[in-house]
Amino acid sequence: MTLLPYLVAGWLLLIGCFGVVRSRDLIHTVVCVAVAQSGTYVLLLSLGFQYGASAPVQGAPGPVVDPVVQALTLTDIVVSATVTALLLALVIQIAKRQGTVDPDELDELRG
Amino acid sequence: MIVDPSWLPPLGIAIPLAGACVLLALAKFVPRLVVDTVAMVTAVAGVVAMAFLVVATDSGRVVTWVGGWTPKEGTSVGIVLAADQIGAGFALLACGLTACALIYTWRYFDDAEAHVHVLILLFMAGMVGFSLTADLFDLFVFLELMSATAYALTGHKIEEPRSVQGGFTFGVVTSLGAYFSLAGIGILYARTGQLGMPQIGAALDRHGMDVLVLAALVLVLTGLLVKAAVVPFHFWLADAHAVAPTPVCVLFSGVMAPLGLYGVLRVSTTVFGGVLSVASLHGTLVVLGVVTAVLGALLCLMQRHLKRMLAYSTIAHLGLFLVGLATLTASGVAGAVVYVFGHAGVKGALFLMVGVLLARKRSVDEFDLYCEGRDERLTKWLLPLGALALAGLPPFGTGLGKALSEESTGSVALTALFVLVSAATGGAVLRASLRIHFGLGPPPQDTDVDTTKGDDEEQEGRFPDRIPATMIGAIAVLMTGGLLVGAVPAVAETMGAGAQRFLDRAGMLAQTLHGASATAVGGVEAEWTWAGVLLGLLSAALAMGIGFVGVHFGLGRLRAALKAPLHVVHRLHSGHVGDYAAWLVLGMAAVGALFVIT
Repeated sequence: MTLLPYLVAGWLLLIGCFGVVRSRDLIHTVVCVAVAQSGTYVLLLSLGFQYGASAPVQGAPGPVVDPVVQALTLTDIVVSATVTALLLALVIQIAKRQGTVDPDELDELRG
Repeated sequence: MIVDPSWLPPLGIAIPLAGACVLLALAKFVPRLVVDTVAMVTAVAGVVAMAFLVVATDSGRVVTWVGGWTPKEGTSVGIVLAADQIGAGFALLACGLTACALIYTWRYFDDAEAHVHVLILLFMAGMVGFSLTADLFDLFVFLELMSATAYALTGHKIEEPRSVQGGFTFGVVTSLGAYFSLAGIGILYARTGQLGMPQIGAALDRHGMDVLVLAALVLVLTGLLVKAAVVPFHFWLADAHAVAPTPVCVLFSGVMAPLGLYGVLRVSTTVFGGVLSVASLHGTLVVLGVVTAVLGALLCLMQRHLKRMLAYSTIAHLGLFLVGLATLTASGVAGAVVYVFGHAGVKGALFLMVGVLLARKRSVDEFDLYCEGRDERLTKWLLPLGALALAGLPPFGTGLGKALSEESTGSVALTALFVLVSAATGGAVLRASLRIHFGLGPPPQDTDVDTTKGDDEEQEGRFPDRIPATMIGAIAVLMTGGLLVGAVPAVAETMGAGAQRFLDRAGMLAQTLHGASATAVGGVEAEWTWAGVLLGLLSAALAMGIGFVGVHFGLGRLRAALKAPLHVVHRLHSGHVGDYAAWLVLGMAAVGALFVIT
């Protein structure tokens, strides 16, 4: 196992956060949150991966990759779908009520 | 009890889920009354099940391997639920507060459809599961269940610009925190090949501490600290509380945020207890707690939006709870848990009273409501009483919890912190109440531009003539609950024994992994002392002082005197989601640094 997938996972998590920090559009913010979450997919899948192993099906010849992390990734994807859908729905409402999706112009809540 | 109690923890999670499904199926065909009744019956069934569980945990930890996947020779592929008095107590608190929120909702939202009830029940399932699980990945799943329903409930008033914005910020910040937690869980799985907390704990004991384990600790704690609204992860809380429907605020403040702290302590003791030095954990948590308490109290004093004021008071109290938990002794943990329970009752009642003001006067702004509440018979006397209870007036549960926490720290400086912070939060609420209900002091000058005003909140419910009995009932139940936590010695005794069991890591590992029977644990001295009573009275007196001086020396002049530093603090709370995400990453680095330094 090389170091590369772990670096990619860390990069995705941090670049997602950076995107949220620098974002000028709430749709972009939501996508950046999803990018950060992709980092966790990459991390989980690479944890269970090994070269030359086959899919974790009963009766598969030779070593198989770890099925637990794949199940975790699936759960994570379900979470992601829910959260992304909910956040996008909220963005639509913000756009309707405020007439803008630029976070710099949303200053109703402060102090 | 003769019946095997091990079916109770799964039941606590199943009841609200089943109730929510039934409601969803029925919602289209039945009138509102049936919806309310089904939701109420579900919540009460949850309360009963969790009350039985608390009784059952008295004779030992209740361990359930879901689906009967019990461990063989200390290893297992199953999922474990483990309830001690504290976990079961939190589950009971979650169910109880949900029931109160539902009673209040009965007449409060006149246009609420069944989906509010469904979301509240799902939220309850998440909280109960979070309190009872001993599996790290399940902890994440329940955290997400809690969070996703919470975002939806926060943004419930979708017609209102602020409401959707608060829900959005809450969603982004909490989600980012949860993903860092998941990354940490992944690293732990890579290190140990386990997902259950006792299994990871046992494996880490053999493995020892290294940089990767420390990184995993910081990552896992990040998501929980965000939920617990510890500075600098706290920004979402005030925004979410300011815009969420009032009954939902009761759940957020009373149990959801404290559950974050419960998760922090559960993970750092059970999972990392064997590799993390007590001094390091203690030092880190005390620093975080003190900063949170001081900043929360300061911002609480500076608010004019009543819900935000109560939200910052919650942040201040969360800091105090954390200082109590950080002692890592049974007396400190018991004190903090009693404090949480008492605070849940008192703060819940205060939120609901603000809800009454909002329903009748269409505003939650301290300046706007000046003299407006003179004719309010209910809140005129109960709101000041709640403010004093918040400051720690004996015999309220907040007073007892504060007294026990103060004694457990054994430090004069920390005791002073407890007295001053609780007095400041109580004083701020009292100041608002004196202005609103008694018209004391000069009319406040509307000069500042830094804080959110509360005069254009959407009115929830319409009751010009009379407050419905259900709303008064919910306020009375919560206030009485807050009182009973302090007045009934059994509560503190149970939590004392629970704290012993909570910190008994070896016993937990033996019982879950090797099926050992529950070991006996002693209780701790958890009762009123003269010093505690006197310090509670001192806090209440200080709060009255702050309240009466505050109405004359109002926000405007206080702010003018401290203009520059306060302006900076206010500017930090910009409501900008990008700023909050930046603070989250910075905070994570700070927590890591604290663990290394201490």
